[in-house]
Amino acid sequence: MIEGARWRRWVSFYIPLGMFVVVLLFPFYWMMITTVRPDGELYRPWNAANYNPFWTNYPTLDHIVLLLEETLFSTWLWNTMIISLASTAISLVCGVFAGYALSRLKFRYAGALGTGIFVTYLVPQTLLFIPLADTIRNFHLGDTPWALILTYPTFLIPFCTWLMMGYFKAIPKELEECARIDGATRFEALVYIILPVAVPGVLSAGIFAFTLSWNEFIYALVFMSSSEQKTVPVGVVSELVRGDVFYWGPLMAGALLGSIPVALVYSFFVEHYVAGLTGSVKG
Amino acid sequence: MATAAASVNHQTSHPKASLLDNERWLAFFLLAPTAVLLGLFIAYPFFEGIWLSLTNTRVGVPGEFVGLRNFEKVWNDSIFRTAVWNTVWYTFITTVVKLALGLWLAQLLNRHFKGKAFIRAFVLLPFIIPTVLSTFAWKWMFDPTFSVLNWMFFRLGIISTRINWLGDPDLAFFSIIVVNVWRGVPFYAISLLAGLQTINPELQEAAAIDGANAWQRFRHITWPLLLPVTMVVTLFSVVQTFADFQLVYVLTGGGPANATHLFATYAYQIGVGTGLLSEGAAISLAIFPALFLVVLLQLLYIRRVENR
Repeated sequence: MIEGARWRRWVSFYIPLGMFVVVLLFPFYWMMITTVRPDGELYRPWNAANYNPFWTNYPTLDHIVLLLEETLFSTWLWNTMIISLASTAISLVCGVFAGYALSRLKFRYAGALGTGIFVTYLVPQTLLFIPLADTIRNFHLGDTPWALILTYPTFLIPFCTWLMMGYFKAIPKELEECARIDGATRFEALVYIILPVAVPGVLSAGIFAFTLSWNEFIYALVFMSSSEQKTVPVGVVSELVRGDVFYWGPLMAGALLGSIPVALVYSFFVEHYVAGLTGSVKG
Repeated sequence: MATAAASVNHQTSHPKASLLDNERWLAFFLLAPTAVLLGLFIAYPFFEGIWLSLTNTRVGVPGEFVGLRNFEKVWNDSIFRTAVWNTVWYTFITTVVKLALGLWLAQLLNRHFKGKAFIRAFVLLPFIIPTVLSTFAWKWMFDPTFSVLNWMFFRLGIISTRINWLGDPDLAFFSIIVVNVWRGVPFYAISLLAGLQTINPELQEAAAIDGANAWQRFRHITWPLLLPVTMVVTLFSVVQTFADFQLVYVLTGGGPANATHLFATYAYQIGVGTGLLSEGAAISLAIFPALFLVVLLQLLYIRRVENR
């Protein structure tokens, strides 16, 4: 590797890595450039002469204006934010509690419960949406944010629990015992001693859960019917496509603006996100 | 001694505190919220799903028990059979390609170079951005008349006439696979990179000194040491791919002529689209045995690898 000629380093490293980066990021570039292109440029046949699809000399904000004024996009953005935050908060509380109980407390069925949670971790949402829609209707939660706030934790809690168990196991037992000798109850020890030490784990689980709920689609598609209750992914799909007509400019503007909040959160906590991701697949 | 006495005193004076100190009660309180949520929204709908699939319920029409008639109907449904084969092939092909490309990218990212953290953060973007939204960007890139991919391939002299990416059944299936691989490779790469970083570089160096070439080092050092991580990553990916919905829903909606349906999209079309709830429930339940088998095989294999 060290003695390799320069061209060899290019062939085995720079060119493949460059290709990976270009292919992985090109769709986002395409989203951005489409967002700011006027319609006249967008709808030119692919083989038109003297046409450069990768750049525009006449950037426009028309699509974004249309998106914000003619659709309920800002409402969808708000809904998605509230639902993601609430379901993440619920999942974190449940995950921290359950993770602590399963990794630290001795009680009957602890092993069985741990396995049960791992199994639900592997149940994909798309398996249950039809009967779950019925359940939601029976509880009169249909078309309210609660339908999503209460169902998203079903795929977030197993993940949070799993991740927190890993973190709790790594904290020495002595730390907790010291607090207990000083008169703290087990619950107090959890809240005041263990939790502060496990903050990186909570952050990882929280970031990961937030991106997962922002990403969720099928439950939101099935449980929400009125336009003002929709989340961004569902709103964009159902309101910017009319029959066979795709409003590509506003669609890409919606895709871009709908991605920015989650990309921002991600960019601030990349390391925590990666820790959550890799922690989630640690056996 | 004095502190221990104080602690006992403290406990006896607060009966509530001692209740929270009892391990079994504490475990009960800590697990209750999780148990309630998972019970209400996973276990209960699961059994409701089984009941639904045995009735002839439609939207708004309460059904009667009809036994296994839905499963019989689904079994003889040619679109369902297409969906089953599509799902199996889709999962198999994308998993192999994602694993190969992910491993390659992980190896590249495991080297030292300037801007590594930056590149790594960007590479993960396809996995972070909501799938539906990025899939729309792909759908626009696959557009029959305005496809930028056609433009590129035409200018590069690879094609002379347009490719109708989503219009032809085989081509549409191929396009769906491309998008799934695009979205999944970062997940594989970053997870496998974490695995690679736990491998002691001295092992590689020792093997290099002994005259092992790059492929031999990969085959006999990296691959066996990475296998446990690889298996778990693949397990998660297979489950998610098997039950994939968003990609197909956005790109083709199962078309053209129902040729690209997966389990989940077909269940949606029948259960929600046409309102035949019981039949839709039967289709999504049909995923279970297949998924169960795949997961079981992988878990057994993981156990074997770990016990080696």
